[in-house]
Amino acid sequence: MISTFFNAAFFDQAVLGITPILLAAMAGTLSERVGLFNIALEGEMLVGAFAAVAGSHFGGSLQTAVLAAIAAGALFSGLLAVGSALLRGNDIVIGISLNLLAAGLTSFLLRTLFGVSGTFSDSAMAGLPRLTVPGVASLPLLGLALGHQNALVYVSWALVVVIAVFLNRTPWGLRLRGIGEQPAAAIALGAGATQYRFIVTLTGGALCGLAGLQLSLGSLTLFSENMTAGRGWIAVAAVMLGRARPLYVAAACVLFGLSDALGLRLQGVGLPNQITDSAPYVVTLAALVIAGLKQRRRTAGVI
Amino acid sequence: MKIAADVRRHLTRHLGPLLPIVGAVAVGFGVCGLIALWVGLSPRLMFQQLMIGAIEGPQLFETVARAVPLVGMTLAAAIPLRAGIVNLGADGQLALGGCAAAIVALYLPAPDLVRLGVALTAGMAVGSAYAALAAAGEIYAGVPLLLSTWLLTYPAKGLCGYLVRSPLRDPSTAWPSTARIAVGSRLGSLLPGTPVNQGFLLIALLAVAVIFIDRRSSVGFELRLRGLNQRFARYGGVALNRQTLGVMLASGAIAGLVGAIMVLGSQFRYTDGALTAPQYSWSGTLAALLAGGEPLGSVIAAVLFAALQTGGFAMERSVEIPRVLTMVLQSIVILFLAMRGAIWKRS
Repeated sequence: MISTFFNAAFFDQAVLGITPILLAAMAGTLSERVGLFNIALEGEMLVGAFAAVAGSHFGGSLQTAVLAAIAAGALFSGLLAVGSALLRGNDIVIGISLNLLAAGLTSFLLRTLFGVSGTFSDSAMAGLPRLTVPGVASLPLLGLALGHQNALVYVSWALVVVIAVFLNRTPWGLRLRGIGEQPAAAIALGAGATQYRFIVTLTGGALCGLAGLQLSLGSLTLFSENMTAGRGWIAVAAVMLGRARPLYVAAACVLFGLSDALGLRLQGVGLPNQITDSAPYVVTLAALVIAGLKQRRRTAGVI
Repeated sequence: MKIAADVRRHLTRHLGPLLPIVGAVAVGFGVCGLIALWVGLSPRLMFQQLMIGAIEGPQLFETVARAVPLVGMTLAAAIPLRAGIVNLGADGQLALGGCAAAIVALYLPAPDLVRLGVALTAGMAVGSAYAALAAAGEIYAGVPLLLSTWLLTYPAKGLCGYLVRSPLRDPSTAWPSTARIAVGSRLGSLLPGTPVNQGFLLIALLAVAVIFIDRRSSVGFELRLRGLNQRFARYGGVALNRQTLGVMLASGAIAGLVGAIMVLGSQFRYTDGALTAPQYSWSGTLAALLAGGEPLGSVIAAVLFAALQTGGFAMERSVEIPRVLTMVLQSIVILFLAMRGAIWKRS
């Protein structure tokens, strides 16, 4: 029973679910560390997903899709960079309106550029091909999940390590953290807070663009309205749970990816999908509550 | 001379704060015009249809009918915003409220009027209780409301979607929806021949009450105090946790009431997704953000947004520009204002 439930397809599904959240959560981690609260991850991801499909459809190749997703994500996050990093506007209000703008804009463009509402899919569109990692792919149970994914999945894992090293082992990472923790001191030491915030926001946009690419061209090749379905918010939650430390954040993303796959599995067993679809959100909320209660208890003990 | 100076001073004091808003609306229209141009449509025709479609003839009543739920959802957003709290979960509270009202209106064995009253109350109670979950999460576990309210919308919509697909499904329709609510348990028409129903009165009454409480009561004063400076409010003796709970209870109750009004007054059944599809909660949040949570300003903004949405339908029909462009317009206005720091300055 257990072995048919948690089979190779389950872990494959989980890895597919983790990837977009992980990429967005890395964007959120960088933002958080530089002292910006980025809740526009959802919108940036949605714009990236749309741009990827548009790039693939009109550009005709995977390269144009990747370029379009990165460029669109970065460009869209430019609005947040200008508003929040440069003009110091309220990042929450800017984030809320950016998310709505992304939803409205992609729906509008879906209707005007592709002439459809709801979902656009085109089987001729190039999706991200799966690669086979020799040796790993033949592992039992986890072979498919770990050794037979598209390049972006491996890139996302590498990024976690790269970002962790960058933040903790490089002078730029130190300055970045300094700006987030003690802006006045960091600025006094000559770190350009505005430049750092600007670059981090744009980089985050590009990462979210890739997250969107994974959503729309990662396993299926389609775009549907609001297809991010709260993944950007789950990424925000993962950043909170992992307290903006890349490896911990990645662990939180794994938890959410597993719950996503579990939801799909339960659906296969016959539970109604309206209920099982809620699994990742409920698990996220439960994790936040448990972590919060633990934190409370710890601080209560100190005082 | 003196009179002229007085008039000018008066104008700048009262209209001064409106100038950035007018500017932002101009920018919003400009950007949408450019978008229309880019996809090969005429901006002039677009705006013309938008205006005519919102106010001409019977369309005016359409706008009024649309303003009822939109003003309601705006108030649901404005009350927390007044205290600097964001409730992003209004969609879930709306759906649950509407679903609960439908269940009561369909299955409660009671006289018509009682059933209607209980249905409205049930909508409010369920919306309220669900919003309180998020408040409890923040008070007891420090889960930010911004995040919890949003994440809670998915299970709420999922539950309602499941209920109308399986146990409550009306097999005679093609849509996942409940059975049709009997005439006796509906909110009747207010102006026969128009889509305006008695929900208008409920929401108008509510708006007046919220404006009054905001301006004249200590509850309203404490809310504004917290919105201006949370630490000072705490120092001044405002029980912040209790206030958070109260604010969310009120906000959720209003969202639930709007759901009940939509089900009992215009749709007469709960259909999966039908309450959230018009995106009243998003327009409401934007309208409330536009006015900084001040209730009267929020209501005015909501009515304008309702006109914009109605105009959007006409625009889509006559010049085939997708009406979702009006959502783009609304978000650009708020985005521009927030970026310039004209509203919601960073604390």
